[in-house]
Amino acid sequence: MAKKRSVVPFGPQHPVLPEPIHLDLVLEDEKVVEAVPNIGFIHRGLEGLTEKKDFRQMTYVIERTCGICSFGHGLGYVETIENIMNVEVPERAKYLRTIWSELARMHSHLLWLGLISDAFGFESLFYQSWRIRERVLDCLELTTGGRLIFSVLEPGGVLRDINKDQEKEILKQIGLVEEELKEVEKAFLLDYSVQTRLKGVGIITKERAHEIGCCGPVARASGLSYDMRKLGYEAYGNLDFEPIISNDCDSYARCEVRIKEIHQSIDLIRQAFAKMPEGDLSVPVKGFPKGECFTRIEQPRGEAIYYVKANGTKMLDRFRLRTPTFANLEGLCEMLKNCEYADVGILCVTIDPCISCTER
Amino acid sequence: MGIMKFAPTMLKQLFEKPVTKNYPAEPINYPEGSRGHIDIDIQQCISCGMCMRVCPPGAITVDRKTRTWTINRFDCVQCGYCTTVCPKKCLYLNPGYQTPGPEKYIYSQTHVLTEAEKQHEAEMEAKKQAAIKAAMAKKAAAAAAAKKDGAAPDAAAKPADKPQA
Repeated sequence: MAKKRSVVPFGPQHPVLPEPIHLDLVLEDEKVVEAVPNIGFIHRGLEGLTEKKDFRQMTYVIERTCGICSFGHGLGYVETIENIMNVEVPERAKYLRTIWSELARMHSHLLWLGLISDAFGFESLFYQSWRIRERVLDCLELTTGGRLIFSVLEPGGVLRDINKDQEKEILKQIGLVEEELKEVEKAFLLDYSVQTRLKGVGIITKERAHEIGCCGPVARASGLSYDMRKLGYEAYGNLDFEPIISNDCDSYARCEVRIKEIHQSIDLIRQAFAKMPEGDLSVPVKGFPKGECFTRIEQPRGEAIYYVKANGTKMLDRFRLRTPTFANLEGLCEMLKNCEYADVGILCVTIDPCISCTER
Repeated sequence: MGIMKFAPTMLKQLFEKPVTKNYPAEPINYPEGSRGHIDIDIQQCISCGMCMRVCPPGAITVDRKTRTWTINRFDCVQCGYCTTVCPKKCLYLNPGYQTPGPEKYIYSQTHVLTEAEKQHEAEMEAKKQAAIKAAMAKKAAAAAAAKKDGAAPDAAAKPADKPQA
């Protein structure tokens, strides 16, 4: 009997999707033959705001591109401005930025662990992951004042400091996170029912991942050792770490990489606190930027690229942001080919899609 | 690979207190420096309008004439940029979020003048008026001189009216 072809629209509203993306799934019986993504549901024109807001105000605007990657976006933007204006940030500010960006990575990965367990229908694991995440959010609120959007960055440094009491509190809390995560990760990595949903599903081979330009945990789970933190921006050059890679190339590998990265972040925060020097928080930045610059930084979801073109006035000419999700969408279409229809929901979550960043 | 890997965590949770707080009955302790809302010490405010100019969402309005500082709490994004640029440092980012409501809540404060400030204002106003008067007299004198020299009578009539008004 000939197989019957049909096209099923998936999203933008779907119980498993955290954010609106639309996929046209071409099905052959229950198998997906092709997936055509369609984005553009929550475009807000944040890049265009560069024409109306001056470059210092834009720091706060760009941080609000997305609730989860907010620190990374702010960091990428101020770094680009600092590179154009040749500003050397004080050492302490560099370490503080590193600590905050690692805390942001922890809470993003813990959020993802909750979303994936919700996607494969393990509700109580979802609650446990988010319970752990709450500790990280409390640390962030204690030091920056915000739970998700911090507004502590400015061109030339940072606006808030971490004092000794707060440092003790953070180290205590991340110790507890480590303990609790070790307990919960057994369910992710060893449980039979979880493995049946993750193992061998959504495979992107190493060669294919390189060809289509995957980034972040998706690339690292396919065996590519790409981690922009190795470029040594901020204080990462002084810290000792190796990118975490896995050669399994499936959904399970992506889950494993993210869990190990949380442990790596805990280690990096401890190293950063041990090495953090005393000193100023920021240097005054006078004048307006002129020139253009590209910056690459590693966000929780992967490599993000920031481009700024400035003309010497207080308004920027152009700001461009290439988000990791945009690069990984191609990977999503790749892994959806020849998968079961029932796995589409989980596979969409495994790339950790952040559509509000992608559409800006 | 194994089964029931999550059972110990679940059993432990059964005999523990709930993780969530019984919120309205049990108050929340915000950490010091939490980004709740913007407050102003209005008696320190000089109505310079710096906060209004830098506010990214444009939530703040400053009226120099009535010395009123107004914030639309629903537009404010708690970035705290206004507190860093304020020359008198009279804006504060305090804990405690804006309560939800059916109407957009606009918070307004007016600077009330003290006796000393009123006196200073009056002095400044008198000085200003005197300066205006002097300038007018000078202008009229110049016009009169021009008239004497034989300028058009129409042109000379206009400046002569102004000092009276």
